[in-house]
Amino acid sequence: MSGGVEASTEEQQEMQDAVVSPEKTEEAKLKARYPHLGTKPGGSDLLRKRLQKGQKYFDSGDYNMAKAKMKNKQLPTAAAEKTEITGDHIPTPQDLPQRKQSLVASKLAV
Amino acid sequence: VAAGFLMSGGGGNDVQWCFSQVKGAIDDDVAEADIISTVEFNHSGELLATGDKGGRVVIFQQEIENKSQQQCRSEYNVYSTFQSHEPEFDYLKSLEIEEKINKIRWLPQKNAAQFLLSTNDKTIKLWKISERDKRPEGYNLKEEDGRYRDAATITTLQVPVFRPMDLMVEASPRRVFANGHTYHINSISVNSDNETYLSADDLRINMWHLEITDRSFNIVDIKPANMEELTEVITAAEFHPHQCNTFVYSSSKGTIRLCDMRASALCDKHSKLFEEPEDPSNRSFFSEIISSISDVKFSHNGRYMMTRDYLSVKIWDLNMENRPVETYQVHEYLRSKLCSLYENDCIFDKFECCWNGNDSVVMTGSYNNFFRMLDRSQRRDVTLEASRESCKPRQVLKPRRVCAGGKRKKDEISVDSLDFNKKILHTAWHPQENIIAVATTNNLYIFQEKVN
Repeated sequence: MSGGVEASTEEQQEMQDAVVSPEKTEEAKLKARYPHLGTKPGGSDLLRKRLQKGQKYFDSGDYNMAKAKMKNKQLPTAAAEKTEITGDHIPTPQDLPQRKQSLVASKLAV
Repeated sequence: VAAGFLMSGGGGNDVQWCFSQVKGAIDDDVAEADIISTVEFNHSGELLATGDKGGRVVIFQQEIENKSQQQCRSEYNVYSTFQSHEPEFDYLKSLEIEEKINKIRWLPQKNAAQFLLSTNDKTIKLWKISERDKRPEGYNLKEEDGRYRDAATITTLQVPVFRPMDLMVEASPRRVFANGHTYHINSISVNSDNETYLSADDLRINMWHLEITDRSFNIVDIKPANMEELTEVITAAEFHPHQCNTFVYSSSKGTIRLCDMRASALCDKHSKLFEEPEDPSNRSFFSEIISSISDVKFSHNGRYMMTRDYLSVKIWDLNMENRPVETYQVHEYLRSKLCSLYENDCIFDKFECCWNGNDSVVMTGSYNNFFRMLDRSQRRDVTLEASRESCKPRQVLKPRRVCAGGKRKKDEISVDSLDFNKKILHTAWHPQENIIAVATTNNLYIFQEKVN
């Protein structure tokens, strides 16, 4: 990284220290706060956490309950149409509602 | 090595950027679904697509205001919007599969319709976007409103004709490429042969044929036999723009591998390995994390590639593996903040980067809604801001300066005042013109070159 600068070895060491210190200072700070931080920096633990990304649920029932709770908080979807089309008679394709608007449209499209 | 000094973009041949449009809600309360997750121009630049965390795609179309003038102001207006992916549940692992659109890639246009690939963590979909501007009228068996006529009442016959109607843009899913990935898809890239594309997850890369959904070829597999030995993951991958046998993939350790599919069916052995040697005395706990490459993009001319790691952008000559030909500091002042950036997870933010049409300037995002334009030919760089406060029509963007330490000058922002929640991760550059799309958390800004 250095150019052809002539300097005594002491000055060179000082220059090097000044250059490396920001990152190493930060590292010292981190190790002070978390003394048990992994011996393998950025190693398997971090990577494995990355591969595991995504919220884990107990089972599909747990997942569907969580989704239902979230939906109640969101804006109401389009009102359920033609609830009486089944049970009474065999519906024809024209009777069935279009694919339901399950989510609100993007605000970018306004 | 280019220095990171800032120069104002005024005078001479410098491009001055000015505000054109902003899309999205103004309110500060951002719903998670509205977080923009990808931005991409199509090959002509006429269409601009965005994907969000809610699995929705919005496509904007460029409308030229004054076609007679050479340099004219153009606006992007909503063309089509659809729900691309929905949340799913992986029953085997009891994990939620997010509907967030990770990437959108356009196919080159072959006929009247437009095609794009959109992907979430697990499933890639090919969408056809087509226009309908006429409809048949004058059916014999149906009324105009669709009700069927009583056949007994029909006494004459007519030939239905096409009549013009209001333009309708329809998006329909043509292919669904599912079950190809155990891990999370981070990249898709259409091959120059316009028949195949690749999809990459953390450990594997697959090649698909656009027509075939029940089969894909695994071309890279870096999964170790023993997961305890896992040391690096794939972070991005892209096909070469002209050589259909060549692709690259980047890793979390800061390396890029170039592979040639003619060499073998499984490209676990690279043809070239691009890696900048590191000074071991500089190594710290953060070294590997900040060297992780978040994006890799070939130049349009196919001779270079650009990589983005946490603090810098590097340009590599494909013929030189041992070091990049150019390095640009994006926000070097963050090096002395790495501890807090690790604690708040910002150190893991994945910034993208892009080239301009003639490969002379590259752009990437930063924090505080800042983004950086790095001019390779003129060796200059500038920091600009996407902000609602610079939203007057054609308002020229003022360069921003960050004060790393010491005395803060007027107009400078100190590092400690930066808002790390305002990240610009996704940016796109029109393939021919100086028009850029910059995504903040939930807004899309369009900036254009100042036209006199």
